[in-house]
Amino acid sequence: MPLVKLKNITKFFPPNILANDHINLEVNVGEIHAILGENGAGKSTLMKILYGMLQPDEGEIYIDGRKVTFRSPRDAMKYGIRMVHQHFMLIENHTVAENIALGMRTSIVNPLKEVKRRIREVSDSYGLKVDPDDYIWQLSAGEKQRVEILRALIDDVRILILDEPTSILTPNEVEKLFEVLRRIRDSGKTILFVTHKLKEVFQISDRVTVLRKGRVIVTKETSETCEEELARLMIGEIAVNGINSNKSNYSGNGVVLEVEDLHVLNDKGVTAVKGVNFKVRSGEIVGIAGVAGNGQRELVEAIVGLRRAVRGRIRILNRDVTKASVLDRLKLGLAHIPEDRIGAGVVPRLSIVDNILLTRYFEKTFTLNSIIINYGKIREATREVISRFNVKASDISMPASTLSGGNIQKLIVGRELSKNPKIIVAVHPTYGLDIAASSYIRRMIIDAGNKGAGVLLVSEDLDELIEICDRIMVMFEGRIVGEFSRESFEPHTIGLLMAGIGGG
Amino acid sequence: MVKIRIYVRRRVRTSLKVKIVSASLSTLAAVVAIVLMFHVLGVDPLYAFNRIYMASLGSYYGISETITKSIPLLLCGVGLAVAYKAKVWNIGAEGQLLMGAIVSGGLALFTPLPPQLAIPIIFLGGFIGGALWALIPAVLKAKFQVNEVITTLMMNYIAERILLYLVYGPWRGKEVWGFPFTSRIPSYARLPVVPGTRIHYPTLIIGLVSAVLLFFMLSRTTIGFKVRVIGESIRASNYAGIEYSKIVILVMIISGGLAGLAGAGEVAGIQHMLRKGISPGYGFTAIIVAWLGNLNPLLVIASSLLIASILVGGDAIQISIGLSSAFINLFNGTILIFLLLNYFLSEYEIIVRR
Ligand SMILES: Nc1ncnc2c1ncn2[C@@H]1O[C@H](COP(=O)(O)OP(=O)(O)OP(=O)(O)O)[C@@H](O)[C@H]1O
Ligand SMILES: [Mg+2]
Repeated sequence: MPLVKLKNITKFFPPNILANDHINLEVNVGEIHAILGENGAGKSTLMKILYGMLQPDEGEIYIDGRKVTFRSPRDAMKYGIRMVHQHFMLIENHTVAENIALGMRTSIVNPLKEVKRRIREVSDSYGLKVDPDDYIWQLSAGEKQRVEILRALIDDVRILILDEPTSILTPNEVEKLFEVLRRIRDSGKTILFVTHKLKEVFQISDRVTVLRKGRVIVTKETSETCEEELARLMIGEIAVNGINSNKSNYSGNGVVLEVEDLHVLNDKGVTAVKGVNFKVRSGEIVGIAGVAGNGQRELVEAIVGLRRAVRGRIRILNRDVTKASVLDRLKLGLAHIPEDRIGAGVVPRLSIVDNILLTRYFEKTFTLNSIIINYGKIREATREVISRFNVKASDISMPASTLSGGNIQKLIVGRELSKNPKIIVAVHPTYGLDIAASSYIRRMIIDAGNKGAGVLLVSEDLDELIEICDRIMVMFEGRIVGEFSRESFEPHTIGLLMAGIGGG
Repeated sequence: MVKIRIYVRRRVRTSLKVKIVSASLSTLAAVVAIVLMFHVLGVDPLYAFNRIYMASLGSYYGISETITKSIPLLLCGVGLAVAYKAKVWNIGAEGQLLMGAIVSGGLALFTPLPPQLAIPIIFLGGFIGGALWALIPAVLKAKFQVNEVITTLMMNYIAERILLYLVYGPWRGKEVWGFPFTSRIPSYARLPVVPGTRIHYPTLIIGLVSAVLLFFMLSRTTIGFKVRVIGESIRASNYAGIEYSKIVILVMIISGGLAGLAGAGEVAGIQHMLRKGISPGYGFTAIIVAWLGNLNPLLVIASSLLIASILVGGDAIQISIGLSSAFINLFNGTILIFLLLNYFLSEYEIIVRR
């Protein structure tokens, strides 16, 4: 008997989105079951239904063969179901222990000391390293996720749902996560693992279910299938592999971004960027490779104006902007695809239209005398972004929070690229995107370069950097420790430099 | 044992049906509670309701009094709505109103105003007085991250003390027999009223126009857009290059200035002098007015009338039934609780189950 059985689950979002269409799914005890599908396939919706956050319009859920009805996550938790969401749900100004105590089901009165003891106990047994006294805002994405997982494990969990847990992690952190997941499975628990990355299906899962356009296409033993087959099932047709990067020549073009002897502090007041120098020319795509936490975030924030430089200069289009405001830099033609898409890149409760306006409200085309907003024009621009970047949205006056994770990312990237920017600072532009969308976004970035934009691309995905960059710089502990031009890309050496080995 | 669990969660959108149901439920609950209160006091509830109704909405005089009292609530309320939209918690409308009253009163009493321009100058003075008073906490917040809840609240008391100092001291009138009043302002500095009422319509018109303009500002202008973004997410506003301090200062000037206009209206339209107790807490009541209007300036017009009618009705039972002022506070408070209940029911959903 399967542990979980979903029968004919159907979920309709008015006016016209059938997010789940008669879904049947069986999950066995002690397996890691991957749910694979493109952006907007309905993965999060299905998981939220199993977790009681959404109620299906039709269909039934069986746990241990008994029919259950979940009206809220509380009900699902009673059956030992826990979910770690695509976006973090932690309170930044509280400590790890406080956050975990808040989410605990076991009792209302839980002295913090007791909670901390449990945290240590659980984190030791699964190898999840966290310090209960750290504040959430001090943590990296990987650490935050560990807290989320710990929070799920601390009550007796039987079924752990992870919604795209790897999209915000560094390759190294992904490895560590997988180790933890295997341990969790080996202790007899069941894991539902949502992803759109084929590679991960094979690394971690025992069985896999492919979703496409709200329907189950197939459920298979992972060992009995291969990447090509799954890709075909997931996308529906064979993906156009590789992209023809007809890159035009940029040499001899003017410099659009110049950074000179830049020093920047991090949140804890420690120097995180230690004397960085580089130039980006019009039409050039420059990659910054590096493991997260080596100063990339601080570098990007200094360039876009969100963080003060303590020493050095930043020039945009030959203008010194070291002390200029974010707005001044945006007005010079800077586009920024931020790392934190939900927290900074969109305003979830405002409409999709207002979210397109977010970085364009000062443009002459969208306003009368930069006072009155021309909503007609901005709606037009919204429709254009949505159709050009294939954002799946039913109604542009709905809050942005109704979009799926990948579609939010497409909306942000689309908004920034369609501004015809002169400089693009892109941080993980393809995070959370499926294969088709990722390669489309990469092509759009190359296009922007061909149109004359200079691109600074920060990513931990070396394959992505090698695919589209003209030049790659490796950042380690706040310094540029290596630089490679397209003719001399050496993935192996770059990898070593990222890890702090070699160079000099 | 059967366990009953109650969950509360925020609605994504509120449908019209939910709004109607929640309004009816809250009204019903309020009526029941008030009937009980009258019953306990041995007053015939029907008689009391009749008095309240006649005094507030059921007579020409009642309506005119309701409108009169709604004027300061409207001006303070729409300003606060804009500030709260940006999540700037201005609790200081009362003090800003008093400062507006002091400045406009001072101008009317002690400066030789050209009679034709007296009224515009008095309004302008009121606006500036309130705006400057709000500017202090605004700058403290924008530049030094000082929590505005504390500063605006405290500045209410400072403003009140200044007013008391003036009316007990240097500004006390010569012919007021020891009352804490100033002399009366010259007649050319007084606002015209709708004949037979106390409705000083210039202030009312300013209030209505402000509400419409602010509604337009919030929904259709770049400034309003910035206010909405800041109110939802400061991080997103930083990312978008929205200058937080400028918006904080702007919304404080708007809400302080409008509260100051309310003060000018009370001086030039109602009291015709400065005096102790010139405002019975309009600036505080306006906080509820703003929320009840869902922070929407157009709805604030309605909520200011509603709250004003409650205030007038409360006064009426005090006078005609002879209930103590403590009971009036209880009465007003009860109604406010049920108004907030309505707000809560329409914004959140409650799930009860076993
Ligand atoms: N609350 C909602 N209101 C309206 N539409 C919604 C809502 N939630 C999800 N949708 C729509 O349902 C579809 C499926 O969304 P879902 O979040 O399940 O996708 P997903 O498979 O998790 O995709 P991703 O990989 O991008 O996260 C999308 O088209 C999305 O826009
Ligand atoms: Mg999703």
